[in-house]
Amino acid sequence: MKKLHVNVSVNKNEQEFLCNPEDTLLDVLRNDLQLTGTKEGCSTGDCGACSIILDKKLVCSCLVLAAEVDGSEIDTIEGMANGNKLHPLQKKFLEHAALQCGICTPGILVAAKALLEKNLNPTEQEVRYWLAGNLCRCTGYDKIVRAVMDAAFEMRNENGSNYT
Amino acid sequence: MVKVKIWGSLKNFADGNDYISVSGSNFKQVLDDISLKYPGLKPQINRGVSLAINGKIYRESWFIPIDEDSEVVLMPYMQGG
Amino acid sequence: MDQITPKPVKQFKVIGTRPLRPDGIEKVTGKAIYGADLSAPNMLFGLMLRINEPHALIESIDISIAEKLPGVKSIITFKDFIKINPDNKYNETLENCIANEKVLYDGHAVAAVAAINLNIAKKALKSINVKFKKLPFVINIEDAMNKNAPLVAKGKKNENIPDGFSDNVVQYCSFGHGNLEQGFNESDKVIKRTFKTPSVHQGYIEPHACLASMSDDGKADLWCCTQGHYNVRSICSNIFKIDNSQLKVTASEIGGGFGGKTTVFIEPIALALSQKSGRPVKIVMSREEVFKATGPTVSSLVDVKIGMKKNGKISAAKAIIRYEGGAFPNETYELGAQSAFAAYDLKFVKTEAYNVLTNRPAQAAYRAPGAPQSIYAVESVIDELCQYFNHDPLYVRILNAADKGTKSSYGPTFEDIGLKATLEAAKVHSHYTTPLKDNQGRGVACGFWFNFGGNTCVSLNINFDGTVGIVEGNPDIGGSRSSISQIAAEELGISLEKVKTIIADTNSLGHNDVTDGSRVTFSVGLATIKAAKAAKKELCKRAAKLWGIDEEAVIWKDGYAYPAGANAGIQDPLSLEDIAKVSSQTGGPIAGHYEVNAEGAGVSFGVHLVDVETDLETGHTKILRYTVFQDAGKAIHPSYVEGQMQGGSVQGIGWALNEEYIYNNEGKLQNPGFLDYRIPVSSDLPMIDPVILEIPNPGHPYGVRGVGETSIVPPLAAINNAVSRATNIRFTELPLSPPRVLKAILNNL
Repeated sequence: MKKLHVNVSVNKNEQEFLCNPEDTLLDVLRNDLQLTGTKEGCSTGDCGACSIILDKKLVCSCLVLAAEVDGSEIDTIEGMANGNKLHPLQKKFLEHAALQCGICTPGILVAAKALLEKNLNPTEQEVRYWLAGNLCRCTGYDKIVRAVMDAAFEMRNENGSNYT
Repeated sequence: MVKVKIWGSLKNFADGNDYISVSGSNFKQVLDDISLKYPGLKPQINRGVSLAINGKIYRESWFIPIDEDSEVVLMPYMQGG
Repeated sequence: MDQITPKPVKQFKVIGTRPLRPDGIEKVTGKAIYGADLSAPNMLFGLMLRINEPHALIESIDISIAEKLPGVKSIITFKDFIKINPDNKYNETLENCIANEKVLYDGHAVAAVAAINLNIAKKALKSINVKFKKLPFVINIEDAMNKNAPLVAKGKKNENIPDGFSDNVVQYCSFGHGNLEQGFNESDKVIKRTFKTPSVHQGYIEPHACLASMSDDGKADLWCCTQGHYNVRSICSNIFKIDNSQLKVTASEIGGGFGGKTTVFIEPIALALSQKSGRPVKIVMSREEVFKATGPTVSSLVDVKIGMKKNGKISAAKAIIRYEGGAFPNETYELGAQSAFAAYDLKFVKTEAYNVLTNRPAQAAYRAPGAPQSIYAVESVIDELCQYFNHDPLYVRILNAADKGTKSSYGPTFEDIGLKATLEAAKVHSHYTTPLKDNQGRGVACGFWFNFGGNTCVSLNINFDGTVGIVEGNPDIGGSRSSISQIAAEELGISLEKVKTIIADTNSLGHNDVTDGSRVTFSVGLATIKAAKAAKKELCKRAAKLWGIDEEAVIWKDGYAYPAGANAGIQDPLSLEDIAKVSSQTGGPIAGHYEVNAEGAGVSFGVHLVDVETDLETGHTKILRYTVFQDAGKAIHPSYVEGQMQGGSVQGIGWALNEEYIYNNEGKLQNPGFLDYRIPVSSDLPMIDPVILEIPNPGHPYGVRGVGETSIVPPLAAINNAVSRATNIRFTELPLSPPRVLKAILNNL
């Protein structure tokens, strides 16, 4: 079968790739574009490890067909830090020991960033419900929730618009 | 002689006793003498055993010394998660 | 987040602090390389063909069409392995990876394909023709033990099995001491109950993945996510009858394991496919494969009988434990039997345990394997007795708690243990006296784990610039590289920034046992201390040379070499960096190393307090508050100790409330995905408050005990007790999912 040609912006870089109609965006990100920071935990949209931002919307990249994203803007974990300056969420995840094995961390960071772009002053409950689609089996979520709240606090105090 | 407590399901292979007396002054000698005196315990020893010596569990150390008055308990070989 | 240290212990500078983890930036930026993240030039993609039948006799596997498909480079079945090493001592492990004569559970693999891409590999799987004859199967413990049960496997039965069971009952043990009858006669109340827990999966988010390259002469490279790459090497080199030295296994970053990555599932398959095709082969499991063919833990059926006196003293205790761990024998039943009553000082106690084969996937270790199930039953009956006598459940536990000098229910006499201190800490915590509202209940339970030592190697290299590189061989599953660096910095008296710890491949360091049994901080930490001591000795020797005095006249203190006393002369102290910088001129590079089979791990106890609210209309239970008290011996990095306590608790909460393997009448697993196998999500939970106690382990220079496993033990009973108190209904089966709880509420109206 003939491959499909797709143009896309990934982490603000123009990219193009060829894919089969059945390839998922996750497959292409990981295998063709070598962006392996986005993880595959289930391929059914249940675990959130493959969370990315597609045209400013938080999605599971395992549920998006690669052929659908022509002309789209995609942000992945690899684009979260500004050069070697970590995003406050990344920094706070380290300070709060909010990761153990770290496999869910990219997806959770991307999802948390999407939350803080909508709401820089979330309650604990809002954080917990927003992140309910991102499974973590190591931490029990306690330190993750604290890290997100603390990052939001810091971003509010340092003028959040710098980071959005 | 060293007094070794064995676990319940091994009793049938040691004349119904909770404790057996064997000779030896380290882990290996004690286990060897158990196999010699109680051949019925050999299958379990081959499957793997640990020895608790004065409350500390040793899984393998052949040359850990054992005194006559040490508390020695035979236990299954432990592996976990 | 409290930390309770009852008596003053050794003062530390780096240990007990909370530095950022060394592998942190890679992990928050997506750079860290996990099992599925590595590719090799000219790599093939491997897939496995699995049969969705619980029990079947394989009659033939026809690969003739599949192997002719363009792009298919190798296909293997069990037959390819038989030729290699008929005496392979890991044959059961291999048979769990790929079926031999019979399919033993739903999802058992029978063949594997390597092709130039996944689409072709998928097509090839479809064109393999497997002929099989369905056999009668058995899924549940009771059915499998029954004399007339279908037999899962022949010839697996040990010599000591009591009469009256089917040959699926393959292992038996009993522990305990004292005359039970006398104990029960002395009781004022005896309660006997039967408890059930389901199979649950470890649920690591990273599916198993590996990349293998093996040539015809038996030289091989294997990259995989594992808790123990040396164990992978032992198993695979035995299966392929090759030398240990010729198989280099490198552990990737690991995305969770919890015991489930202590063995192999795909590694021998990828090696075989690679050898046959002459190209590297990568296999990544799907989530469905992970659920169907790896893990889970044993399911259980446990009778507990406990007698208590009016004053709350336990007079006798007995448990009959039956574990089912799938189609292969395992040792988990022994651990369940030994740990059941470990928390109590009992004169009359007995546990018996049976291991039963069923047509389910082979169990794998899961955090404190065997302990949560038996302790769930014990702690539930103790709670019911407390309610019967109207005793405070912590009072009763303190009254009966095992202590230093207690002859444990599994044999040995305890040394210093932290159970009483942990119980007392729970009793005075504000959580325990906070008032509850209607439909709310508070549950208490104790937990226990042995903790292991084991084979460990550490090499510590002092670089010319005064920094230190540590090489260890245990995959870092929860922050251990940080703890090991801290221990080295503490011991050498240098700042943490100067130290970096890496995990070596199997050719770069001697054998290391699996990252299991909560052994790493204890054993690798111990070896790191000894390696650092060896390096310090050499540092002192160099300082002695520089000063022209005797080696014995130099001591090491806080990162500096000093003359030992006035007789040694007056010299400015030399720092580690000072000595390292001239080490090339004083005899060459400086290093220390240590290799040991570490023994003397200290047992650990925990106590959990939980408040729940159960909705009487839906049966749904919400966790309102959760506090974990645990003896860590010594917390090297308290944040990661807390993380272990919180993470284990939440896995236990999932086990108690939602998680279970569900089989249909045809013996097929109905919920092999995270949608229907529901692990806890963030919105299910409150904060999990950890309280670390530090009762030093006498078997470790810093007092370290393992902390990884104990925390999954108490939640099952703590939540069962809380829900039972909230609803006034005694529950005896997990999970306490809304349908089960609602049914009980409706039956009770």
